[in-house]
Amino acid sequence: MNWLSDDAISRLQAASALPDLTGTRYRILQRIGSGGMGAVYQAEDAVLERRVALKILDLPDDSGELAVRLLREAQILARLEHPGIVPVHDAGTLADGRVYYAMKLVEGQRLDRLVTSMSVLPDRLRVFQRICDAVAFAHARGILHRDLKPDNIMIGPFGEVLVMDWGIAKILHQPAKSATKPDREAQAAARPMWKTGHGTILGTPGYMAPEQARGEVENLDQRADIYSLGAILHFLLTGQPAAAEQCSTGTKNQPSRNPSIAPSTAAPSMPRALAAIAQKAMTPEAAGRYHFAAQLGEDVARFLDGLPVSAYPENIFQKVARWGSRYRLAIVLVLTYLVLRALMLLWFRR
Amino acid sequence: MTGDTKIGGRSGQFPATRWSAILAARSQDPAEKSRALEVIVSAYWKPIYKYLRLRWGKPNEDAKDLTQEFFARLIEKDYLSDFNPAKARLRTFLRVCADRFLANGFKAANRLKRGGGAQHISLDFAAAEAELCHTKISIPTIASPQAMDDFLEKEFIRSLFGLAVETLREFCARRGKQVHFQLFEAYDLAVEESERTGYEGLARHFGIATTDVTNYLAFARREFRRIALEKLREMTASDAEFRREARALLGVEPE
Repeated sequence: MNWLSDDAISRLQAASALPDLTGTRYRILQRIGSGGMGAVYQAEDAVLERRVALKILDLPDDSGELAVRLLREAQILARLEHPGIVPVHDAGTLADGRVYYAMKLVEGQRLDRLVTSMSVLPDRLRVFQRICDAVAFAHARGILHRDLKPDNIMIGPFGEVLVMDWGIAKILHQPAKSATKPDREAQAAARPMWKTGHGTILGTPGYMAPEQARGEVENLDQRADIYSLGAILHFLLTGQPAAAEQCSTGTKNQPSRNPSIAPSTAAPSMPRALAAIAQKAMTPEAAGRYHFAAQLGEDVARFLDGLPVSAYPENIFQKVARWGSRYRLAIVLVLTYLVLRALMLLWFRR
Repeated sequence: MTGDTKIGGRSGQFPATRWSAILAARSQDPAEKSRALEVIVSAYWKPIYKYLRLRWGKPNEDAKDLTQEFFARLIEKDYLSDFNPAKARLRTFLRVCADRFLANGFKAANRLKRGGGAQHISLDFAAAEAELCHTKISIPTIASPQAMDDFLEKEFIRSLFGLAVETLREFCARRGKQVHFQLFEAYDLAVEESERTGYEGLARHFGIATTDVTNYLAFARREFRRIALEKLREMTASDAEFRREARALLGVEPE
């Protein structure tokens, strides 16, 4: 056997790592990211002459579970046609046996990297509202994301907000619609092929609901995602993730420890109403959280409009202060008018 | 898992069952154990030989004896039963074993001279020595444990890829695809970048169309990947270990 030079080894590594797209309509341009399950490549769709992103399982696993999970992710994405969720174009298996799916190429930045450049609070809150919209839509379609975090949110060049990485999403139920024929086909396609066993912990510490951290897979509902949304709001408000030890509130066999998380502690200048919204979303007990993502988004919208929020009962002084803040311009104009009027009266009386 | 998804076909490309040399090496069945050790030795003897030569500065004759003796003892004393993939990589484990073995080097060498090696292993030391001439490494740079692990990892990849290339050669020969392998050899295995001929040059040389060069190379690379991963799978004990090692092997560590 001939000796393999370092150059030859590098070539063999590159050739083995690159997916074999023979027989497909795609041509690899570059690798743009990778994670635990596979890699994402920028590719060119030769038929439609456009760039797409290909998510490809990089390595086979013994059980084939990862391949099923990747395909299931594609099927879930196909069900979620929403401006805030990256659309899937195609899915299949490459000649080398690797499973892939093609999706829209989002040439933006991840929220965790972009947040420092978003200096204005309302801008951050409007991004958060868009995330809530997309998640609320997924919940309405019976899908739980289970891994919401800033790293999985992409902000496009035109301000579009996209929720990514539905790899560990859970199908809660089918949409509440009459089962027409196409719906039955959709149901068959979306039937869970891969299921997370009770006791399995999937998610990201710091963004994972306590019940999720304890592996209570069967008991998870949309409120687990609402906890994660609260953690994202915390991140947007403070610029840092909520401490993992605070959020996890115990592992499988440990009870919840921390009853609340206060973004106002990390950012003292934080409006109390906003801190209360994040705190309510991150309540350790699911029953204490918002029940729907839309409610959470609505509370944030109310804050932006200077209206009272459900998470923060105000006293009379706070109401006046908020009212004053909301109508600041009108109050200033009226006061200016009154002062000028008084000055004119004084002038003419003299 | 339900394997009947329509778009997830060709699942036959994913091994349905795993045979692990690491697990089989602990088997009570002598034939199974012998086969397992053969697989492990075939992939690791060259890295260990080179390690003994470079790190321990052993003359080639001593390094030959010590390598023979080391693997003979690995088999005899059942060292692999102590290996825990959750704690360390196999090459790190073998390095530590080799270091301990070397600490008792005189005793081992004497045992060998007395005919203590119970099982003789036939290894091509001349090839390993020739490869060593190409190794661009200065002895002091591999003094730290991390550098030693990196060196062993690199040599392990070289060894495993070498075995995979040989298997691919046989595979192509059996299927009458010698040209596929020759193209792969000429293009992907060229020692230096400057020695490589472009696709058009290869097409002219082999008297085939340029598109055939692309397709033949794609076939050879696909099979090479499959074989290399199969060999690696044999040398790991669990799926998690396999995936971790495969990422290092293919240079696709997650970001």
